[in-house]
Order: sequence, then structure tokens, then C-alpha cells
Amino acid sequence: MSTPAPHRVYVPGDSGALSVGAGQVAQAIQSEAARSGLALDLIRNGSRGLYWLEPLVEVETAAGRVAYGPVRAEDVPDLFAAGFLAGQPHRLAQGLTAAIPYLAGQERLTFARMGLGDPLSLEDYSANGGLAGLERAIGLSPDQIVQELTASGLRGRGGAAFPTGIKWAKVRETAADRKYVVCNADEGDSGTFSDRMLMEGDPYCLIEGMAIAALAVGADQGYIYTRSEYPHACRTLGLAIERARAAGLLGPDILGSGHAFDLELRMGAGAYICGEETALLESLEGRPGLVRSKPPLPAVCGLFGRPTLVNNVISLASVPIILSKGAAFYRDYGVGRSHGTLPFQLAGNIRRGGLVEKAFGLTLGDLLYDYGGGSASGRPIRAVQVGGPLGAYVPESRFDVPLDYDAYARMGAMIGHGGIVAFDDRVDMALMARHAMAFCAQESCGKCTPCRIGSRRGVEVIDRIIGNRERAKNLALLESLCDTLRHGSLCALGGMAPDPVQSALRHFPEDFGIAPDPKR
Amino acid sequence: MSDTTTLDPAREDLAEVRALIEGHRSMPGAMLPMLHAIQGCLGWVPGRLVPEIAEALGRSRAEVQGVLDFYHDFRRAPPGRHLVQICRAESCQAMGSEALEAQARASLGIDLHETSPDGALTLEPVYCLGNCACSPAIRVDDEIHGRMDPAAFDALIRTLRGGEAGA
Repeated sequence: MSTPAPHRVYVPGDSGALSVGAGQVAQAIQSEAARSGLALDLIRNGSRGLYWLEPLVEVETAAGRVAYGPVRAEDVPDLFAAGFLAGQPHRLAQGLTAAIPYLAGQERLTFARMGLGDPLSLEDYSANGGLAGLERAIGLSPDQIVQELTASGLRGRGGAAFPTGIKWAKVRETAADRKYVVCNADEGDSGTFSDRMLMEGDPYCLIEGMAIAALAVGADQGYIYTRSEYPHACRTLGLAIERARAAGLLGPDILGSGHAFDLELRMGAGAYICGEETALLESLEGRPGLVRSKPPLPAVCGLFGRPTLVNNVISLASVPIILSKGAAFYRDYGVGRSHGTLPFQLAGNIRRGGLVEKAFGLTLGDLLYDYGGGSASGRPIRAVQVGGPLGAYVPESRFDVPLDYDAYARMGAMIGHGGIVAFDDRVDMALMARHAMAFCAQESCGKCTPCRIGSRRGVEVIDRIIGNRERAKNLALLESLCDTLRHGSLCALGGMAPDPVQSALRHFPEDFGIAPDPKR
Repeated sequence: MSDTTTLDPAREDLAEVRALIEGHRSMPGAMLPMLHAIQGCLGWVPGRLVPEIAEALGRSRAEVQGVLDFYHDFRRAPPGRHLVQICRAESCQAMGSEALEAQARASLGIDLHETSPDGALTLEPVYCLGNCACSPAIRVDDEIHGRMDPAAFDALIRTLRGGEAGA
């Protein structure tokens, strides 16, 4: 008599899922199966990004993977009793995972593999399309790889949206005895977690992207600089690098190509400014994260004085699919000069928070209501901060502007790294403006005066406005201070801190004790 | 016990730390990895090690001190047995992190950057744990906890303290 095949069950090992009890759920499933004498094949996958349903448990059935969520450990005996291992109905059943509208409506290119398998299994990785990009790149010349990237229209996903191909070409053409590829994984923006998810849920995708970048620019050493606030990502990436090295995906002869490339993981130490590329390089070199003046660009004189390609996690993780499916495939997603897709991250006061990868061109309203389902509190959404702590606050009247780099720039906002933080009608926008200045003061590297001193004065001026002390005079002073910060700061921290402040003032003047302008 | 002795690591720890300094000194850009390794071992970076770190890296003591001062992570005094960090960033604010922080301070009887008198917990702020779809979030040692509210926070602290009493 043959033993029946074990039931395959997926419980995410992603830190977000663990933060709401996925570890206890996995344990409960294992002990319940043991009690019933059932054989289980329990896989700790990455998160699908449907965080409102986490812990999201999936079971493999003949019809496909069936989802249950949000599951608590105490629900597990009941799930077994209902026959969830065979995909039977239950009050937590969500149907076939792939058919959940939140997921089915997405265009997952960079996150195509997210949540499918064991993040550390190279077998799962290649079975789901991994390594095809690197294999193709090995057969191309470096210039051809750069051309492919340029033709894809990919722009830097860290926030600055600089054309990636141009950066690669600059490092490629700069002659040096040694070059580096550095992954900026210092994802400090509130409301963003796509880098974290990718590092925890599909780490080989990042490693593959970096290896392709190394072939293109002629680098033999890479660094991933990530956050100490991401202990799970650090652990997973560390293991992934070891296994990639053991499998010949990294090392002296990557995939038998004759090219050497190795990779090291480095951890920051709680400084937001190190997400700025030159501060990051200073930190990697072992100094305080003080911003460098540009020029020289890191592409010419970067890490340890050598030409260095610095790209964000999502930029690098988008490279494998661009190489495997071709530039045209990727470029055809999106609108205008915003090609491809962006993994938007829905956060804050939102009913269905999670990761939504879509082509550029949809609106904030689509994301907030169709995907997000409105606020978590059930109250009206009043303000949305797009693009991290230095991003503008967008009022409801602008929820219909297409999410495209240039349309957002035209309204004085930025898409940045795709973080979207919703606030309901209880938010005090004067306090949010104050927070933006206080955060800038707290995180300023201190190198340039406008940012270091201006942000402190900004907090004081906003306090005087809130306290109705010489309000008109202080409002004028705040405008002037913002102007100084914007034009006089060395980097985007001081340069963009005025954006949340001034957008809050412009769109929510009543919170500052000012009558709304009827012409606006 | 005087303050000076509490700020002195144990002799056996020092031997381990010296091995870590030796093991990291030849890495390119060794400063942060070395300081993280020391803090991983002791929970803090004792000021008395600054000259040894500087010597090992061929840098001045002022440079080492500058790095320790610049980065929020590095501690110059021993923390409590558990580190509790409450996220103060925008996404968590939108979901009530300020009330959570107030509750934490009140129920632990300490302010941010302080350690409870029994030495069990140190309370710190943090700006974003990347768990923004499950706000508000906190971190306890190396685990993240999402969808926190004051009651869940108190239960978690009781578990931490209970675990200690049982140990």
C-alpha cells in the first residue's frame, strides 16, 4: 500500500505575516496535522502582499491554490474540521488565490514570483522563471545589456526616477581597475515595504539583477546596504547569498560565464539619510553618513573612489524580467515617460493594506478605493502622503491624477518609491507638517546649513503658527524658510522636506487656523 | 555598584570582543560591521573600546567616536534585557501609534530612551519597520509585531516579563 501524498500547505514566513501571527498559525497547523496523523508538506513562502488577509494560509488542490485568511492560531482546529486541506468552504475561505480580485487585477512583473514558493529554494526560483534573464545576459555584450535596459525605459525606483540605462552606460564607459555595484536597500520611507518584501520573499531575483548589472558595467564586487530595522530581510539575504555562491550563481565564474562577481551584505545603523546614495557610500566606507557634493557622480567616483553603480532594490529586481522578456515587453506597460510597473504599497489608515504592482497610469482613487477598500476606520480619507516622509500630501480633489512620474511632478508631488499612506478625517495636518520638519531635523546629516538649522527653525515657526502667535508674519517666514531649504540644501532630505509642509498648508489651511482660499 | 563598574564589560566578554575586532579589521569599510558585531555581542559599545577600535582600523579615536555619535543604533550604555521599539513614522501615526506610545510610557513608567528600573526593558522610538500595511508596528528584539493596540502591547509585555520569571 502506498502512503498518500502529503498535503501541501503554505504559511508565509514574511516578517509582516509573522508580525500578525503566521508563526503561531504554522505551529498550530503542524500540531493539528500530527494529532490527526496527516502528512503535511508545510512551505514557508513569501507573502503574496495581501496583508489585510495575513496570515494567509494556502493549500494546494487539483483546481489550484486555495486561500484562507486572516487565520488565527485558534481558527486552525476549525479549518481542519471543515476540510480546508481539500480546499473545502469555511468562513475564512477566499477561493482560489489567483482569482482574489486584489491579486488578479495586478500586473506582477517584478513581483511575479512573490509568495509562490520557498524564497530560499533555487529550484523553486528557476522553476518560476528565475535565472532566464542572467542566462540571456551572459550571451550578450555589455553594451547590448545596457541598450536593453535603456530601451526598457526603466527609471530609478528608489524615488529619484533617473533613467537607469543612462546610469549604467556612465559606469560602463568609465575606465577603472575596479568597479562596484551597490544596491541601495536602505528603505527608510514610511509607508514603503516593497524592498523588504522582495529581499525576504524573492532574494535571488535581487541577486540575479545585480549579477546582470555587474556584467553590464564590468564590476566584480557588489554590496547590498540594507537596514538594521529589517532583521528578517538581513537573515534571508545572508542565507541566499551563501547558497547562490555555493550554486555558482556568485563567485569567480558566475554560471560558467567566465565572469567573476561576488556580493556582500552590509547593514546600516538607523540613519535615514543613508538612503541618499552618497551618504550610503560614506557609510559603506565606514564613516558617518554625510552627503557628498556632486559632481563627481558615484558613476565616475563612488565607493572607495571607484566607478560605482548605485541602484535601488526594485530597480535591480526589475532587471531580470527585462532581460528575459525583452525591453519592449516591459516598456509597453505604463504611460508617457513612465514605463513598466511600480509595486505600490498601500499603508496607513486603509482597510486592505498591501502591495499592488500595477502599470503606471492608474489613479490614487483606484488604489485607495478599488484595492484599498477605503479607510480602515470607515471614516472618509482626507489626506494621502505619497512617496514617503518627504512626499506631498494629496487631498481628495487630486485623487484622480494619474500616477505617472511627470503628472505627479506637475502637481508638485512625487511618486517616489511608491509608498501611499492614507489618513482619515481625524488627522491634524498642521501636526503632520510639524512632524515633517521635526523628522528632517532629527535625520539631517548636518553637512549643509539650510537642512540642519532650517528644519529646526521650521519646527519652531510651525509651533508659532499653531499657537496663533503672529500668524501672518510666521506664515510668510515659513514660506521663505521652505524656499531656502528647497534651493539651498545639498540633497533631497532638506530639498524636499518643504513638500509635505507646503502641500499641507496649501490643501488644508484650516488646520493651520487660516480660512480656506475659495479660488483654490 | 558604582556607575563606572556598570559601564565596564565583563572580562570574558572583552576577550570575545577583541576576537571580533581582530576578525573584522581587514574588511573593506570595516567600521560599521565591526561596531555591529561588538554591539551584537555586548548589547552596547563601551567607550573604553574606542582606542582599540581606532587602532585596529588605522583611524583616529575622534573618527570612531564620530561614527558612534552619528548613528542612532549604537548605544554607549547597556540596554535592558529586551529592546522595545515603537514606530513613530507616518503610517503608524495614521493608525494610532501616538496613543500606543503614550500607553507604553505610562504602563512601563519610563520615557523613550530609558530602561525600566528592573532592567528588563529599554523603550526606544523607531522610524519605520517596513510593516506599514499592518500598522501600528513595534519591534521587540528581533521580532516585529503588527496591528498593535494598547491591550495587545500590555499582553506582550506581560509575556516578556513572564518568560523572564519562568527562565
